[in-house]
Amino acid sequence: MSEIALSDVRGSRGLWWDAVVRITRSRVAVVAASVILLLTILALSGPAFSRYTYDALDWQHLAAAPFATASHWLGTDRLGRDLLVRTLYGVRISLLISLVATAISLAIGVTWGAVAGYVGGRTDELMMRFVDVLYSLPYLFIVIILTTLFQRGSLMVLFCAIGAVGWLTTARIVRGQTLALRRREFIEAARAGGLGTAAILLRHIIPNLIGPVVVYATLTIPQMILFESFLSFLGLGVQEPLASLGSLINDGAQEMQSAPWMLLVPAGFLVALLVCFNLLGDALRDALDPREH
Amino acid sequence: MLRYAFRRIAGVVPTLLVIITVSFFVVRLAPGGPFEQEQTLSPQVRANLDRAYGLDRPIPVQYWRYLRGLAHGDFGPSFKQHDFSVTELITQGLPVSGSLGITAVLLAILIGIPLGLAAAVWRQTLMDYGITGLVVLGIALPGFVTGPVLALVFGVYLQWLPVAGWEEGSPRYFVLPALTLALPVIAYVARLTRASLLDVFQANFIRTARARGLGPWRILWGHALRPTLLPVVSYLGPATAFVVTGSLVVETVFGLPGTGRYLVQGAINRDYTLVMGMVIVYGTLVLLLNLIADLVYGWLDPRVRNE
Repeated sequence: MSEIALSDVRGSRGLWWDAVVRITRSRVAVVAASVILLLTILALSGPAFSRYTYDALDWQHLAAAPFATASHWLGTDRLGRDLLVRTLYGVRISLLISLVATAISLAIGVTWGAVAGYVGGRTDELMMRFVDVLYSLPYLFIVIILTTLFQRGSLMVLFCAIGAVGWLTTARIVRGQTLALRRREFIEAARAGGLGTAAILLRHIIPNLIGPVVVYATLTIPQMILFESFLSFLGLGVQEPLASLGSLINDGAQEMQSAPWMLLVPAGFLVALLVCFNLLGDALRDALDPREH
Repeated sequence: MLRYAFRRIAGVVPTLLVIITVSFFVVRLAPGGPFEQEQTLSPQVRANLDRAYGLDRPIPVQYWRYLRGLAHGDFGPSFKQHDFSVTELITQGLPVSGSLGITAVLLAILIGIPLGLAAAVWRQTLMDYGITGLVVLGIALPGFVTGPVLALVFGVYLQWLPVAGWEEGSPRYFVLPALTLALPVIAYVARLTRASLLDVFQANFIRTARARGLGPWRILWGHALRPTLLPVVSYLGPATAFVVTGSLVVETVFGLPGTGRYLVQGAINRDYTLVMGMVIVYGTLVLLLNLIADLVYGWLDPRVRNE
């Protein structure tokens, strides 16, 4: 049985190799990926090299402008906290939440879609009708209700709330792909070989779904970043003294008349992240779409 | 067409009931009641409050009463803003949010479609690249970034327009919020229109029109425009949902007295009835607008209704 599974993976390697070549040829994708990598490294390691922590107050330099003092490169907020360090922490939290939320939504979506598509019949109809109903609800309300219920600012609740509403589209895409896969010969062969439903799903269906799922995941990450910042901006997400890009932008918007850098610094980082992820996702989709060849 | 319309309408009712039921039970069963933060309440006062708001009854009875109230357009009293009913709060804010949303959608149609058409007609020229670049930015930039930045540039530096506030809906206060709300929708409509027109230009009937010697403008207005707009119409349903959620941010940024802030305030204060009322109003609005978009699309494209 394992030989069949192996040959499936090997069969899809050609597409992957093609995709890698095509992506490295696209200048936009390479630049976008480099910027994302750079920002990630900065966010992970940058704060360690600074003299300040994200919650350290510097009473000598309250609301200092960028480059006005030697030690605070991008200025401070009205409590004297270093803006660069806080923004890098914000990038870290935004990336963390969006990655975990994407992983959660992929796990639910892939399982749901693959089971519905493979089992079919009444089960499929019921499962997809459930997705339709959730789809027609504005997802924001579900998250607002969820964050109202549980303790505000708990990162766990944010992960779950954002991940729990992001899986619907994945489930639909995966179900469609599974329906097409189900009729293929190698699935029939696996069934004839006596493999159970769970084993077929795990070893044969899901490995063949990776292509479209990866593309959709890259496009999901910026949505999740946006969504997390949106909640934090409204005060429903990450709470003080922790910072996320959204809550930093909200703080900056309050002070923009006297200290515009407090708005522009986190906003610049957020925009760079969002634009780069969107460009990379689009390039990845073009590279993996066989119709484009 | 009638059967199609009937099927769509029949689909909306159970969804609405699900929204009401889920939001009722989830909010009611949540830990931490609406009076939990007021520490100084004696047990007696607390019991009286619970009785006054009907919270001492069993949950199914509360649910039934709530549904009965809804049928009469009564969303119950607000738990936190004393002396106000949720219905009063909503009817106060809805004109502000409504006019803002309608203006944003109109702006998106009036600016987005011409931009998309221009980009497709002058394909691969400076015009196309400029518009496409703006579209990428417009889609990527969230309202809570564009709003404060626009206020900073036009309000603080140039001083052309007020930074925030409402002043009984005077147009000067209206420009920046409506623009902030409309920008991503404009960008999306422009992108859809561009892709759609490029698609239509490939069709046989356009080639025939060219072969008959019609000028490019005759072809655009007389033949290509109507099929181009089909995907734009089907986007308007999701667009209104987007505008509804976007208005939350815009109202927060510009301090407008609309309904959006009630949802946020209600969520922070655990004002049960206010959150439920807002979710139901917004949910109904989104469902209705999607339904209208579906019906218009089914009317324009017969293949959809016979599926």
